Amino acid sequence: MTLFHSFRALCEGLGYQIDLLFQVLGRLPRIPARRKAIAEQLYQTGIGVLHVVLFVGLFIGMIVSLQTGVELARIGQQDQIGTIVAVSMAREMGPFITATILAATSGSAIAAELGTMAVSDELAALEVMSIDRLSFLVLPRVIALAVLCPLLTIVCDTIGILGGGFVAQSQLNVSFQLYTDSAIEALRAPASLIALPKDVYAGLFKAFVFGILIATIGSASGLRARGGALGVGTATRQAVRDSIIAVIVCNYFMTWMLYQG
Amino acid sequence: MSAQQDTSALDAPRAAEAAGQGDPVMRLVDVKKSFGSQVVLNGLSFDVPRGQTLAIMGPSGTGKSVILRHLIGLMQPDGGRVEVEGHDMARIGKKELAVLRRRMGFLFQEAALINWLSVGDNVALPLRENTRLKESEIKERVSEKLDLVGVGGSWDKMPSQLSGGMKKRVGLARALITDPEIILYDEPNAGLDPEISASINETIRELSERLQTTSVVVEHRIPCIKTVADDVLFLNEGKVLLRLPPVEFFRSDHPRLVRFLGDLRDTA
Repeated sequence: MTLFHSFRALCEGLGYQIDLLFQVLGRLPRIPARRKAIAEQLYQTGIGVLHVVLFVGLFIGMIVSLQTGVELARIGQQDQIGTIVAVSMAREMGPFITATILAATSGSAIAAELGTMAVSDELAALEVMSIDRLSFLVLPRVIALAVLCPLLTIVCDTIGILGGGFVAQSQLNVSFQLYTDSAIEALRAPASLIALPKDVYAGLFKAFVFGILIATIGSASGLRARGGALGVGTATRQAVRDSIIAVIVCNYFMTWMLYQG
Repeated sequence: MSAQQDTSALDAPRAAEAAGQGDPVMRLVDVKKSFGSQVVLNGLSFDVPRGQTLAIMGPSGTGKSVILRHLIGLMQPDGGRVEVEGHDMARIGKKELAVLRRRMGFLFQEAALINWLSVGDNVALPLRENTRLKESEIKERVSEKLDLVGVGGSWDKMPSQLSGGMKKRVGLARALITDPEIILYDEPNAGLDPEISASINETIRELSERLQTTSVVVEHRIPCIKTVADDVLFLNEGKVLLRLPPVEFFRSDHPRLVRFLGDLRDTA
């Protein structure tokens, strides 16, 4: 495949994803009719990844605490560790780690499910039955991940901050009380309309966007799958790759928008 | 078989119309379709009169399933025209197509059941999505169709728990749930043993007789064609080579057909 063909395929794929996103947004009024399917997706995806988010979030918090704590201890500022872990988890690590987990688990699952349906004529069957496949299949998945990603980010933030506290107490000689006090202080809202500091709501907003991106990219890859099991494998791989790239690129621009703008 | 008979075979639909067998429900006019450099349909023309069951035979890769996909609007021709109930399938609007498809049923080769829905939910799907029927009425109609195809009592089974024959029956029940006037069958006997095939063929024939449906059956198996077809169309190199009633078709001495059917030809 030449460079030109690769570029053209990339543009086609991106165009399809953007078109799919707008088509799904146009179907938002159908959410009430799809509430059962959305609830099923929320339950399946939420239960399926909760333990992973808890486990990874805990260790990420411990790593951040250990890495920064060791350096802070050198200058005698280890009592600031709670602030640093809380802010970095809420602002960046929580949403990014949650999105990466969801891209690897739910995004790939969506691509595999829809890809299998595409290669086994199930999507054609829906079309033949005059059933809108975007409303039937894609909308519930996009809404579920848009809701779940922020919720799981809260879980990831919380467990990460707690994990950081365990490390601070056990390895950096910072009392758990001091750690939690500084973490809570960092996440306390200043006098403002929104009862959360910018770090928290910016992180949750990012997670919301990441959820939509992951579900849309996974769905787009699945719907375009062709050629049997090999095609499903390719679609799944593409979904994870494109989701992670999209999350990283969007993360940069959203960070720029939220903190520099 | 002479060249003269070939020509008369191509004119069979018009002859049927003249004889009052019904107006054409489906019509293909000079349809061309290629996939890359491979030409699949090369100026294909035929029509299907109302109430008739047309079987399509031909070597593998001659575009039999592609024809069905054109008729249901899943594919568009590169050239020519595909008409169903007078609608040009390349120009039909989305809403009109949705309405037309509700009058059509399609049995996929592998049944294409939605793998995460139970048998009952698969069959009920078109009614739940496209009608405002009460759940009790939907259940009644689904049970009736499942009984009709001989898989009553399988409502709660998942597609993965079904044999190939049962999947096909459930696919048939789903295709029939809206009481379609037009039914397209893509190899209804593929992968089935002779006993189950015979039973499916009987069901198709009964449906055709009882509901007066217009059908197109793509099939290789001769018992199926003999049981269900009013006319048999033989495709060769993307065109209609022959179109004859089954009895004459299987006795035909056209050299291409003789080569294709081999020992399976009726010589009596």
